[in-house]
Amino acid sequence: MKSELPVFNLDYRPDTAGHFGGYGGKYVSETLMAALDDLNLAWQKLRKDPEFLAEFDYDLSHYVGRPSPLYHAKRLSAEVGGAQILLKREDLNHTGAHKINNTVGQALLARYLGKSRVIAETGAGQHGVASATVAARLGMQCVVYMGEVDIHRQAINVYRMRLLGAEVREVTSGSATLKDALNEAMRDWVTNVDNTYYIIGTVAGPHPYPQLVRDFNSVIGREARRQMQEQFGCLPDALVACVGGGSNAMGLFHPFVDDTDVPMFGVEAAGRGLETGQHAAPLTAGRVGVLHGNKSYLMDDDNGQILHTHSVSAGLDYPGVGPEHSWLKDTGRAEYVAIDDKEALAAFHQLTRTEGILPALESSHAVAYAVKLAASMPTNKLVLVNLSGRGDKDVHTVAELEGIEL
Amino acid sequence: MSRMNRLRQCFDTLATTGRTALVPFVTAGDPSVDTTVDIMHALVDAGADIIELGIPFSDPMADGPVIQLSSERAIERGVSLTTVLDNVHSFRQNNQNTPVVLMGYLNPLYRMTFSVFATKAATAGVDAVLVVDSPPEESSEFEACLKQADISMIRLVAPTTTAERMRLIAKNAGGFIYYVALKGITGAGSSNNETASSLQRIDTMRELSGLPVAAGFGIKDAESAAAWAQVADAVVIGSALVTRLAECSSSEQACDTVKSFLAPIRTAMDNVHK
Repeated sequence: MKSELPVFNLDYRPDTAGHFGGYGGKYVSETLMAALDDLNLAWQKLRKDPEFLAEFDYDLSHYVGRPSPLYHAKRLSAEVGGAQILLKREDLNHTGAHKINNTVGQALLARYLGKSRVIAETGAGQHGVASATVAARLGMQCVVYMGEVDIHRQAINVYRMRLLGAEVREVTSGSATLKDALNEAMRDWVTNVDNTYYIIGTVAGPHPYPQLVRDFNSVIGREARRQMQEQFGCLPDALVACVGGGSNAMGLFHPFVDDTDVPMFGVEAAGRGLETGQHAAPLTAGRVGVLHGNKSYLMDDDNGQILHTHSVSAGLDYPGVGPEHSWLKDTGRAEYVAIDDKEALAAFHQLTRTEGILPALESSHAVAYAVKLAASMPTNKLVLVNLSGRGDKDVHTVAELEGIEL
Repeated sequence: MSRMNRLRQCFDTLATTGRTALVPFVTAGDPSVDTTVDIMHALVDAGADIIELGIPFSDPMADGPVIQLSSERAIERGVSLTTVLDNVHSFRQNNQNTPVVLMGYLNPLYRMTFSVFATKAATAGVDAVLVVDSPPEESSEFEACLKQADISMIRLVAPTTTAERMRLIAKNAGGFIYYVALKGITGAGSSNNETASSLQRIDTMRELSGLPVAAGFGIKDAESAAAWAQVADAVVIGSALVTRLAECSSSEQACDTVKSFLAPIRTAMDNVHK
């Protein structure tokens, strides 16, 4: 069995109150404070517990199927004609995305805390499927909250969750997308806090969620770092990952944060274009505020009301972003850019055609930016892209956008 | 009368007569923008001692469907934090005595900036604020601004709050303590005042903070209000009233609804002998 213990060795962020610089924290109702404190206490202990980490590591190897390959996309690179594009194949994980890294870890945590019921919110459905999967495996009751709009555009994932024994509850309030599903999951948690564990799917929410979701996903960056050394004998010349809430990006970036000569690019959804206001790019075009238990960049109007977002990919359709990304942006350690719906769709086709890999529409945003970036670099440079999920779930959406009836 | 004094005066007066404060909650701008100030006056006429006025927010995580939908409707009508402050200002033209507490979420206040909000709220005649997602740990800047403007920060205590946190909350609280009577969201289920831990928490908070304690969440009628009036210094009623107001199409109808809804509650609470 591979072992890279101690797993979570970057201990200096966040501070003990969950702050990344001025971001993060615990902006929640008093009712949730005790549950968050319990969770934090457990996590600060378990993240250094060799037995817990070994169990997590075992599940990643034998249930998730890790390590995921680092694949040199040679035909795509040749077509682009610039730097070599390397894909971290999180799409090959069990359930088809990086989301399972986190849910496997949080399910272990839920069991440790003695909870019999888990709840989750989901946008694209990947986190919902990953949560339903681990709940099935551990014999736990599972309820997934999902916006009405997303239920429509991710019908296959809804059915998968139901097959796995989860109850999918439709959320019709607000914009009926990911942010509203998150509100509803929080309401459930407040009400059922005694027996329920809330599996948050991204590096946002109140402390300790941004830290623990990052910790579980940082296996991506640790593997990528080692694979770079093994396959190329060096570190990459750039990292690229898409950012909705930011868990796949944080998972890739975190083990590289101290490698200051490796530039990191987070790719947000520019939707119909930043200038139209119909996008989901808080780091690129938003400002600082407080939403869903943490202080971070977000999208709101001048009255402080959270805006409805738009992206072709349900998983990026979120007005907030994890606080550690806000900190990386302000410190200049990472750069955040945006790719619109059309560019993402073009990248979806390009990767499918040149490499035989269907990327998720979320990941297609990262591929699109990597293609742009690589084109501006010499052929001996290496651009590492996190291919966070597979695109099978999006085939319907793509067909519909292109006027094809299936 | 200074603002700090308005709340204290209210509770002092009630204490001498052995009464419990009735604190209705309404969302500003619902059922319409024009009715809010009329409704506030009607609340006072129907026996309200303190008014809780909700600042509509797009993502009210601690609220149930009733207040959530009410907030969505108000936002659609263009109601903002500025509108809410204007409502209080208008109300104060004809009422100098009834304390007004604004209840809401942090982002609209953060966007206005805490110092501008505190100044404007003080000018409008706001006595206190209750911001659901601004716990003591994250509030130092906000608290400083409120303090300077002589506005109290109402703090929540939940059935899950530990003894250690109760001390922290008591230290940072002003006006009164708001005891969340159930594990859940506003308007959900019904709360039970019989539990020993609720009674103990209310007593502990009264002792630690030296402030009166209000109970809210899940209190919806004369019976539940009277039950909580036995143990708390104030009783908050929100969703049950907001539900009824939502069906009103005119100011007169809304004011009549307020009177007919609150009258039996007021009577039941006044029949409680502590």
